[in-house]
Amino acid sequence: MGITFRKETFRDDFTFRNSPEHIRRFPFPFHEDSYMYAVNIEPHVVGPKGSVLENLIDVDEHYVAEMQDRALVLAEDPLRCQSLPHMTLAGWDLLELLMEQQALGYPEHFTLARDGDRWRWINRPLGIDDTFTFGDVSTLPYGPMEYITRQSQGDFCILDQRDGNLWMDAGMVTTQADWSLDFDIGMNFFEWHAPVPLAHEKGIFTRALKFLTNIQQGKPARRLNWTMTINPRLDTSPENYHKWGPDRTTVTPENVGEKVHLRVELQSFWRLPRSNGIVFPIRCYLIKMDELVTQPKWARRLHRVIRDLPEELANYKGLTRYRPTLVEWLSKLDDGSPTSPGFGPD
Amino acid sequence: MSTGTTKLDVVVSDVVPVNELVTRFHFRRRDGALLPTFSGGAHVVAEMRDGERTRLNPYSLMGSPLDTREYTISVRRDDAGRGGSLFMHRHVRPGAEMVISYPVNLFSLDLRARKHLMLAGGIGITPFMAQTAQLAAEGGNFELHYTCRTASLGTYADVLRERYDRRVRLYHDDRDERIELDRLLSSQPLGTHLYVCGPSGMIDWVRDRAAALGWPAETVHFEHFAAPQPGAPFDVTLAVSGKTIRVDEQQSLLEAIEAAGVDPPYLCRGGVCGQCETNVIAHDGKFIHNDHWLSEEEHRSCRKIMPCVSRFEGRSLVLER
Repeated sequence: MGITFRKETFRDDFTFRNSPEHIRRFPFPFHEDSYMYAVNIEPHVVGPKGSVLENLIDVDEHYVAEMQDRALVLAEDPLRCQSLPHMTLAGWDLLELLMEQQALGYPEHFTLARDGDRWRWINRPLGIDDTFTFGDVSTLPYGPMEYITRQSQGDFCILDQRDGNLWMDAGMVTTQADWSLDFDIGMNFFEWHAPVPLAHEKGIFTRALKFLTNIQQGKPARRLNWTMTINPRLDTSPENYHKWGPDRTTVTPENVGEKVHLRVELQSFWRLPRSNGIVFPIRCYLIKMDELVTQPKWARRLHRVIRDLPEELANYKGLTRYRPTLVEWLSKLDDGSPTSPGFGPD
Repeated sequence: MSTGTTKLDVVVSDVVPVNELVTRFHFRRRDGALLPTFSGGAHVVAEMRDGERTRLNPYSLMGSPLDTREYTISVRRDDAGRGGSLFMHRHVRPGAEMVISYPVNLFSLDLRARKHLMLAGGIGITPFMAQTAQLAAEGGNFELHYTCRTASLGTYADVLRERYDRRVRLYHDDRDERIELDRLLSSQPLGTHLYVCGPSGMIDWVRDRAAALGWPAETVHFEHFAAPQPGAPFDVTLAVSGKTIRVDEQQSLLEAIEAAGVDPPYLCRGGVCGQCETNVIAHDGKFIHNDHWLSEEEHRSCRKIMPCVSRFEGRSLVLER
């Protein structure tokens, strides 16, 4: 069995597609017909078979292509991966977590064999078979965080916990929704969230920080976040704004279905055992409108959410310019009938 | 989210008297698997089934974080306490099955430090046992100053001296040896972080002197677990669950709430983590706040209580639980 990995691109000719099975497992983020911020955090426990929560670290058909795209980003801009000197131990924690979870969830693709400090890691999709000494940086081709996050889908922020706050002191960030690790590195939780509108007034960040600093080992948590992206581009970074910003002017009624993508982040939060840090994987899922509307419930609901989104949020998420075109296109798929409760398709 | 942490089923693999007051307990997983990795300074909460009563006491893990075949804790017998340490000393024997929590670290090393300066008093040595083991394995720079009443009560002093030699300084009260704190704090290299664990008088003294000598608050770390104190019994109404409960003399308010089948969140059970913070809806009487979480202003406001360590005296108390 195993996953059939797609050959596709997230740039230039944009050949990214979801297979029909992957459309149905898409983590649609709206459980009702409207959207407002909430501290929507829940325990990160294994979910139904065939969903993105089937394993706590999800590997899907885009794995190989995403790792190739990450390598291209890093070749152009090595600062997308940074780790302050005190974060190496946390990097080993993350390496252990990702190797264990990937090997556990996908034994046909990944194998981890441990003999004391002597570890052997086999990653079949990427053709890697390395033996190294856990804890000895000189035995890997990269630092531990960079090594394993070049082989794991999603961005990863490692947060140091001290002084009752969380500090963005290491990360691998190449598939981000318009924020920059190089800009945020070393900032604390309130500093890096400063640009988010409305949520501060609601006291959301204070409560969220209190929750996150109490995340316990063995009890990860998760939440969903979302935005929209024009073209299936993973790397929508501020550094490359000149490449993707202008895409937003290219949306027409004829190309909405192909160009406009819902971008959902499955964010999870894990306590790291040796360093007492927190790792924050941000896993990005993309789906184009043509794919999304194959599920009529999602089409109706997305229409209502985007139509009624508060102006500040639409601006923050960068939808303003093409929102009318998108709403008009979606409205044709919304007959006004009710939607069933919950996230999943009917 | 559910209360507390994930639980571990363990068996007591060894019980070792260390000196006249302290006994060490070793735990292994009942299924033979490895225990979770932890970081120096972490504690576990041990569940004790003492007849009708369940006691939940936090103890620092004192083994090396590099060895997860077993966890070790050291328990100092407290003859005047509420009975948790006496239970461990009198009733817990090798082979006993117990439940402990996953490790939680509220006294973590700051890994940015260029040097770790550690001050321990009495049984406050236990978190430093794990932290020094962790640092030594990484070639970290640390220095430990350890005060104890007498040489024979210097729990693990011999082990530490043997492991780390001159990086460990011992001070014995009965020989009138005192840490020259001001000199010590004034002679540290830039980038040093200070850690203190011991009796509250010692913690207060060290924090005051560090502040007076210009140490930034972020570089001063302390472990301040207050054991719940016994006191006069009192009655409490839990408004949300619609229950009225009595808190016994030897019971904490949190334990009484749990015994009534209500499960507030908790982590440290020592008044520092803030998890069990509870709103006061109405009261007629006086609060006895013993926590280190609420501010003085919050204590005076009578609107919040930390049920893990604090008590109440008076006619009536209604809590939002």
